[in-house]
Parts: sequence; structure tokens; C-alpha cells
Amino acid sequence: MSNEATLERQATAAPVAPAIELKGISKSFGPVQANKDISIRVMPGTIHGIIGENGAGKSTLMSILYGFYKADKGEIWINGTKTEIPDSQAAIAAGIGMVFQHFKLVENFTVLENIILGAEDGRLLKPSLAKARRSLIELAEDYGLNVEPDALVQDIGVGMQQRVEILKALYRQADILILDEPTGVLTPAEADQLFRILGRLRSEGKTIILITHKLREIMEITDTVSVMRRGEMTATVKTSETSPPELAELMVGRKVLLRVDKKPATPGDVVLDIKGLKVVDDKGVERLRGIDLQVRAGEIVGIAGVAGNGQSELLEVLGGYADGIGTVTLNGKPLDLTGRHSDGKSRRNRGIAHVPEDRQREGLIMDYQAWENTAFGYHHDPHYRAGILMNNAAIREDTAEKMERFDVRPPNPKLAAKNFSGGNQQKIVLAREIERNPDLLLIGQPTRGVDIGAIEFIHQQIVALRDQGKAILLVSVELEEILALSDRIAVMFDGKIMGERLPDKTDEKELGLLMAGITDTDTPHSVEEIEENLAHTHGDPHKEI
Amino acid sequence: MDVMPKWAEVVLVPLISLLLAAVISALVILAIGEDPVAAVKLMITGALGSTYGWGYTLYYATNFIFTGLAVAIAFHARLFNIGGEGQAMLGGLGVAIACLFIPWPHWSLALIGAAVMAGLLGAAWAAVPAWLQAKRGSHIVITTIMFNFIAAALLNYVLVNLLRPKGQMDPATARFPEATNLPTLHDILAPFGIAFSKAAPANVSFVVAIAACFVLWLLIWRTRLGYEIRAYGHSESAAKYAGISPVKITMITMIISGALAGMMAINNVMGEAERLVLNSTEGAGFIGIAVALMGRSHPVGVFLAAILFGFLYQGGAELALWTSIPRELIIVIQALVILFTGALDNMVRMPLEKIFLAVRRARAPKPERKPVESAE
Amino acid sequence: MDYATLIQLLDSTVRLATPLLLACLAGLFSERAGIFDIGLEGKMLAAAFFSAAVASLSGSVWIGLLAGIGASVALSALHGIASITFRGNQLISGVAINFLAAGMTVLIAQDWFKQGGRTPSLMGGARFEGITLPFADAIADVPIIGPLYSELISGHSILVYMALAAVPLTWWVLYRTRFGLRLRAVGENPAAVDTAGVSVIGLRFAAVGICGVLCGIAGAYLSTALQAGFVKDMSAGRGFIALAALIFAKWRPWYALWATLLFGLFGALETRPDVIEAVIGMKVQGQLLGALPYVMTVIILAGFVGKAIPPRAGGEPYVKER
Repeated sequence: MSNEATLERQATAAPVAPAIELKGISKSFGPVQANKDISIRVMPGTIHGIIGENGAGKSTLMSILYGFYKADKGEIWINGTKTEIPDSQAAIAAGIGMVFQHFKLVENFTVLENIILGAEDGRLLKPSLAKARRSLIELAEDYGLNVEPDALVQDIGVGMQQRVEILKALYRQADILILDEPTGVLTPAEADQLFRILGRLRSEGKTIILITHKLREIMEITDTVSVMRRGEMTATVKTSETSPPELAELMVGRKVLLRVDKKPATPGDVVLDIKGLKVVDDKGVERLRGIDLQVRAGEIVGIAGVAGNGQSELLEVLGGYADGIGTVTLNGKPLDLTGRHSDGKSRRNRGIAHVPEDRQREGLIMDYQAWENTAFGYHHDPHYRAGILMNNAAIREDTAEKMERFDVRPPNPKLAAKNFSGGNQQKIVLAREIERNPDLLLIGQPTRGVDIGAIEFIHQQIVALRDQGKAILLVSVELEEILALSDRIAVMFDGKIMGERLPDKTDEKELGLLMAGITDTDTPHSVEEIEENLAHTHGDPHKEI
Repeated sequence: MDVMPKWAEVVLVPLISLLLAAVISALVILAIGEDPVAAVKLMITGALGSTYGWGYTLYYATNFIFTGLAVAIAFHARLFNIGGEGQAMLGGLGVAIACLFIPWPHWSLALIGAAVMAGLLGAAWAAVPAWLQAKRGSHIVITTIMFNFIAAALLNYVLVNLLRPKGQMDPATARFPEATNLPTLHDILAPFGIAFSKAAPANVSFVVAIAACFVLWLLIWRTRLGYEIRAYGHSESAAKYAGISPVKITMITMIISGALAGMMAINNVMGEAERLVLNSTEGAGFIGIAVALMGRSHPVGVFLAAILFGFLYQGGAELALWTSIPRELIIVIQALVILFTGALDNMVRMPLEKIFLAVRRARAPKPERKPVESAE
Repeated sequence: MDYATLIQLLDSTVRLATPLLLACLAGLFSERAGIFDIGLEGKMLAAAFFSAAVASLSGSVWIGLLAGIGASVALSALHGIASITFRGNQLISGVAINFLAAGMTVLIAQDWFKQGGRTPSLMGGARFEGITLPFADAIADVPIIGPLYSELISGHSILVYMALAAVPLTWWVLYRTRFGLRLRAVGENPAAVDTAGVSVIGLRFAAVGICGVLCGIAGAYLSTALQAGFVKDMSAGRGFIALAALIFAKWRPWYALWATLLFGLFGALETRPDVIEAVIGMKVQGQLLGALPYVMTVIILAGFVGKAIPPRAGGEPYVKER
């Protein structure tokens, strides 16, 4: 379906001016073009979805609408009037509110202080706070947005922090609300509650733009949807007239194979045995609260869960860079969880390879060249040494070979890591870790920010490693990925494993309940119950997901 | 994304920064009613026109190589060691102790002994802030500043109350014994038939400083320790992932840094003054910051920048002697160099990047599409 | 130690604490907004010179004060341009400003006055004189209260009273006004301020500007009230002691008052070794006492006695990201 045709139909169906109309928006960051000639119309009182892969340019586009970036070209029309939005102040004045993926709250301020910040009445705080308190009560009644006005933001849960962000926008009289990947840090139940709130906002006449990369959310809540790919808008359609496969194809430009081709696993001996593993962070909060888990040779165990429920800590303690309490054995021999022999170097010596969740912050030194990154963590390897010096020539040679085997493009060992695309960066990490022939591979978010072509390749490599009889512990926040890759699934919630399931004997719904901490998945549960359950978690909302 | 080619990064940016500093300095000279061109001429003759001038230039440069390397190695681990001054003071104390209390048979042994003592005390003075940063999270910039003042107080106390010979009024140690006096460049070059000024203080420490540059280059770019230090400097989280201990790297880097700053004392205390006086460091610890910034933390860059500052110091002294321009002009130039190469780096860089980007676009009208990941 | 000595000691404590307090509050505004400032020293020095120089040339200490503030604010603006506009390293910028002030003051002093880098001694209206508060003379002879009022409380220059008044004022601005809320927010999470439609750059420049004004008063106090004229390097590390006091005070206005008074007391004691000997019964070296503020700050920084947590966004230039 062509873009123009849709727009035309919308225009004839509704003679009112669109709430938002973007005309030919383009934006480059240095040599990278993030948005290319994008046009879009959103009618008032609707929910419009923008879907696309990571890096498709969705957030950039919305940041332009919110005055966070200035477009190189193009026009913004709000309610039929051409509007200049040079900064957030102008966006707010035009009635636009935005809930960012990473919340923009002052942690050690109260909820109330956060809400009035920038929208105070007069120079003194007292009257502003009193007024905000009154209108907060009204807003809570109108939309079911309950918050504690006097709690410090750092003490409240993620769900409530998100409600504070929405309230901030509403308090500023926003009629247009943009939400950027709002469900990334939420459980399915919390996400449902958010969608109910959005539904109520729509019925009150608010216009909502929902940015997401999850097809399910688009189908569930939006009225219309635009698809972005590589900085371009590939289509705008009515949600009721499309289907997930069609959207997926529009997103990636070709048909996607959602299933991974793999033979049934033939698990061998237990490689990794975790008993009663606990991790306490530096604030004294238990992040892992007694984990029991086994991974056998030749099997992939997937950890499902909402980001911030202890998965990262599990990888960190197994990878050797967080202290833990409990017993962990590898091939029957215990691993040190604290002290001198609990670091990445010792873990590698024991045959544990680790593809970390965040390759840009952990897996790679972005300013190091590819060859330097290939040695990263393995720079004590005797092959990489020449006396007391490093044997740079040997490392470069090795890197060139690895780059070829893993089809890293461009295959240039002297290019800095930051100059590779996400997928190729991940391949560099993967090549480094897999080629060591480890007994156990820890792998976190293997395909985050990776282009579709590379996803398939990476999944194949993981399965191939399993078929060589290696143990693999996979952590991912993408349920689809967990379901496609795992031979066994363990669900984490609030630092505990809520249960283990086999992928062919479970579904997203059951896993979703487990992810919310509900173990008796047979009986129906109210949202309040789930909320109640979540209120006791210590999930860290600001953990990068 | 690298916008600029490496040569621009390494050569063009520092040169433009330097040029800006020079232009403003010239304006300052104009403003106080002197002729900048004449001033530069006078500085060049004074600092480079004779072996006497060179002797002073290289003497100052030796100090700055040590303190510049000290700041540079810390920069590689993303640590800002602003305490070079205090560490050099303690180094002076180390040299004094080594020279006064051990009967050395020959200057070469004395040099080794004094360098070790100076390095040890300098390292110790850097190790405390390093430990506080690594283990207690105390900001190393603030603690090293505090340690500069504590070092000055300590040195004052030691000189007045402990090391001052009886009956002497000024707070200084006795002269070091003859055997510890280092050969000057005059002594070293004479056997080769090169006549070098006898009066200039440049001495064998200059050779040690050059050796230190080479060793440090090897350390940073060719050893595993250097690899780990740079990795830690780029990304602490990645270093942890790779099994590189932040505590270890912080401690080792600062110990090396402190030792280098301390070793400056073999030049100014042992090589020149031949006794320890108050304020023997004369701010060289701080000039190390300017030198490291200008030298882009690379030993070769540090060496060149140190020579430049040696020239400025000697030239500035000549200016103060022959014109109405006070020596403090050098401090102004130093401030401008730090400002332009350090704090205002982006001011120079941003327009340059734009130019390079425009040139690249003009050359390749249809660039290969890059993934937009980095922008999202 | 008798009562008169105590009063004398406290009197000089107040005098010595005043520049520290002003500089400390200056740093407080800047650092609360997320801009580290190790250039307090340089700004004080520049202000000390320009206020003394202009006071000497114009004969009016008030014009001198304005000139001092102007010089300090100019350096603040430089710091702002480097660290806010061009997102440079705030620490390096501070170091540069300290050197710039150290060099330029002597250079200009030499050019203007040709007295080896000092200004002529200030006399009469070119200097801040002590103010005698009402009834100070009348009750001077009343025991206890008399000397307390007439010697300790009365008789300081107007700048001392301004510094003391700045403490509650700072508190009020920070915690009771819109500006204060935004200022604290921008030091904790500038993105929150930016997305709320408030200019991060504007707020930070305002904070840095206030810092400049307060540092200017601190510097003017040094050369026109505490002493009668400028001499080379007369700030003598006070900017760094103020920085230490700021950490000691955990970036809070009232604590800043107590911290600077404490450090002022150390300064006062340094000049009175006889008093220390009389009180604790042994000789303490003056040099060691001078190092005490630095040692105490290191101990506080190490978190052995109450952890000092700086503003979260401190030292980091603000770059927009989603």
C-alpha cells in the first residue's frame, strides 16, 4: 500500500486537521543519515504506532518533534498550523509531551518536585507545589494514574516512574503524547495497565504516538501504524488492515524467518551447576535471591524476564565481575565467587566465554581497533605474546582470519570498533568468544541492535556451538528469541527463578505471568494483584536494557 | 565515527591550538607596550642562540619531560594527576635523603640511588590518592590538589626542623657531597670535542628523561600493562568485563605517574641546585599538565612539548632580563596552552571536523550508506 | 587563655573565614549546577588585583569592588564557554584559569604600577573600613557581652556582613525558589531539565555567573578589606581551601558556614602558636596547622567520617541523548 494513498484516504475520512503532520523531515548526524524525507499525519484522538528495528530512526524522528534535535529539512504542522519547534519549550507550548525510553527524572527529588520542574507557577515553590498537588489528585482520578506525590523518585518502582512521566506531560496540558519504547522495562501485566491508561487518554481526545519495535503492541492498541526502515518511512497503514507478517516484512524489507532451524538437543553432563546463588549490590539490596540452575553440555538454556530482574547480575557474577554468595561449579569444580580468582581473566582460564549484554560498554573498547578488540580479555594468551611485549602482528593475523570466518564487514583489522555497524560489532565479539572453544558460553542480548541479516547468522552460530556439545546460557529480553533458541527456559523475576519450562510446552502468555512473578499460571489474575506483586520488587529501572 | 584523518588529529589540532595561544600572547605583549616580534627574536637568541641558552632550555625541558610523562600516563587511564607538584617535592626529599645520608663512591651509582629514592617517595605520594580513588571513591583531582598543599607543608616542616644544618638561616639542606654531583652536558660532550657551555645546568638527567620517554612509549603501546591501562581509560565497564582490575590499574598507573614526577628531582635538586631548597619545583608539576595536553599524551609529543616549554622558560627569563616583560608572561602562555589544547579543544576541533566532512562529501557525492545505528 | 584572647582569636577567625565563605558559596552555586570549579583560586586572585588596582586609581573602593567582580565574572564566562558551550573538561579549564589569573595579575600590575607586581597601598576611601555597629562603643565596657559585641560582632567591614547574609540567602534561593529547584535539578540530571523545557545552558551559565560574582567579592575582600592592596599570589591557596570546605560542607549552605569558620579558626591559630601551646600544652608547628584543612578534607573525601556525595551530573558536560 502506498503512502500517499493512505494519507489521502485519511484526509477524506476526517476533514479535521491532523494533530500532527510532518512534511519531508530529514536529519543527519555527521555522515550518518538518521531520517530521510519523512512525512507522516496523525489524526487527533487516535493512537498512532511507529514501528521499526533498532536504528531505523524512530527515536530521532520523535526527538525532532519534541524539539530535542533540529531537523535539517522539513516542516512540522500541529493542528493545521505550521509550527517551529526549536527546543522542548516550544514543543511543550505546542501541546506535545514525551515519555522517553530512559526516564528524565531527578532521582533525589520528590514526585511532586519532578512534576512541577520547568512548569512552576511563579518564582516561589510553595504555591506551585500546592497547585500541583491538587491537580495531581484530579489527574489520578481522570486517568487512573496513581502516584505518591511525596515519595522520592529513587524509591518508587519503574511502573510508577513511568506514570510520573505521563503526569508530567499531562500537567503541562499536553494533547499529544509521544511514548518511546514504553514497555521495555515493564512486565506484560504492567504493559497491559499502561495500554488501558493510553486507551482512556485516547477516549478523552488525546493523540498518542507509540514508538515500539514489538509487533504485538502495535496490533493491540494502535489505530494506524507507520513503518520505518533505515531512516525512511516505508509505509503508513490502518492497523485493522494489516497483519504482523506484513508489518514484519515492511520493517526488514523481506520475509523474516522467525523460527530458528535446529535439531532437537542431545544434552550431556551438567557443565554449569548453580546452587543458592545470591548477589547483594553496594546499596545492600539483594539482586539475586537464591538461584538454582543447571546447564548441561549441548543445550541452550534461555533466561526470560523483564530487564532489571537480576539477569544482568547473573551474567556478571558468572562472568567474574560481580561478587556472589553461594555455590557454582563448572564441570564439577567450584568457581570462586569473590576474591582474587573471581575475575574475567580467571573465568576465561576455566573455559567460560562471555558475550556481554552491552557490547558497546562491556564487550568492546569502541576506540580500539578490531585487532585490539580481538585480544580483549585474552591479551594474556601465550600466542599473543612476544617476551614481555605483545605480539601485535600475531593478533592482527588472527583477527583477519576471524573476520573472514564470521563475515565481518569491512574485513579490516585496523578499523576502530566504533566504525563497524552493530551487527558487525557483535560478530567481532562473538568470533572472539566462540573461537576460544569454551565449555560454557554466557551470552546476553545476542541480537540487540543487530540488523536482520546478522541476526540469522548469529543464531546459527549459537546453535552450531550447542551442536558441538557446548553448554550455553542465553539471556534475552526478547521472548521471541528465547522461545526460538532455547532448549529449556528459566524465567527470572525479582532475583529468583520463577520456574522452568520447555519451549514447545509453553507460550508467551504463561511466560508473561511468570515474568510478573505469578507461579500458579492456571488461575486468572487481576492487574491489581500483579501490581501488588511488582511493588515488592527491587528491579532497577535505570539499568540499561 | 572518525571524521578527521589521524594526521589532522595528531598534528593539526595541537598546532592550531598553539597558534591561538601564540596570537593571544602576542596581543598581551602588544598591550603592555612591547614589540612581540622583537620579543620572539630575543627569546630565540636567548634560549637557542648559544649553548648557554640551550643548556638552560634543555634543563627546563628535562623537568617538563618528567612531569609531562607523569600527567600523560595518568591521562591514558583517564586519571587526572594534578599532584605532580607535590610528588616532585617529595621526590626532592628522596634525592636529598639519598645524597646526604649514603656515601656514594661515584655519581653514576648516586644517580641510580637518588632516582630510586625520588621515584619511591613520589610514587608513595601518588599512591595514597590513588588508593583513596580506587577503594573509597574519592575524586583523585581533589585529593591530589590537597596532597600538593600537604607536601608543601611537610617539606617546609622537614627543611626547617629536620634537615637544616645548625646555624643556617634559610630553610634548605646542606650541600650534597661532591661525589653525587652529576656531570653536565659540558662534561659529557667535551670528550667528543663539542664545546658546550660550562655554566648551563643541563646535565645527564636529560639523557635519563629521553630514556624515560622511550620506556614509557614501550610500556603504553607495546606491553600488556599498557594495553590494560589504555583499555581502562577508554571504558571502565569493559575493563571489568575483561578481567582488568580497576583497583590494580589505578594504583599501578598512579605509582608510575608519581614516580616519574618524583624523578624530576634528579634534575633540579641533584643536577642543578645540589641541595634541597624550598619551592625547588617552581611549578614544573603544573607545567606537566600543559605539556601532556599539548603532546596528546604521547611520549614523542610530550618530548617536543617539553622542549617548547623549556624554550619558553629560558626565553621568558631573557625577556624579563632585557625588557619590561615580567617572567609571569610564561605563566600566561602556559595558561593559554592549557586552555586551548585542553579545555577549548572542541572549539578548535568542531570547525575542523566540519571542514573535513564537507571535503569528504564533495569528493564522494554519493557516500556508501552507513548503518544508522550510532544515531539511534 | 583569657577571655580577651579568645575574643581576639574569634575575631580573626571571622576575618579569615569571610573570603573562604564567599568563595565556598560561589563554588556551591557552580557545583550544584553540575559545573566543577577548581578555578575559584584564580577568580579570587583576579578580583583581588582588579579591585585593588581600580580602587587605587579611582579612589573609590566601591568602584574597585565592581571592577573585581567584573574580572571574576569574565573568568567565569571563560569557564562557562569552555565547559558549557564547548563541553570541554571542567577541571582542565579551572587549572587554566588559575594560571591565567596568576600570570595576568602580575603582568598588568607591573605594567600599570611598576612596583614589582603589586598595587600601591590603599588608603581612605579606597579601602573597606570596619563598621561600628550601633551602641558598640556604649556597651564596650560591659563585662562579657561588651567585648563580644563591640569587638567580635561589631567592627568588621561591610563585606563580612554581606558574606554572612549570603548564607541564609543562598539557602532560601536553593530550596525555596523556582530558580533553586531548577539549579539543583540541572546538577543532578540535566536531561530532566532539558526535556522539561528549561535551558540547561542558560541555567548553568547563570550558576557560573553567580559563582563569579561571589568569587569577585571574596577577592575584593582580600585586597581591600583584609589587606590594603594587592600583592602577587595573595589568594595563597584560599580558593582551594574553599573547595575543601565545600566538600566538607557536602555542598550545603549552612554547613559551608561552619566549615569555613572552622578553617578560618585554623588560619587564626596559625598566627598564634602561643595560644595553642597554652591550650593543649604542647608546641604545634605552624606549617602543620596550615595543612590541617587539606588533611581533614582528604579524610572526609575518603568517607571515613561521613560520605560526601557530590551532585550526580557534576563534572560532565551535557550532551543531548535519548
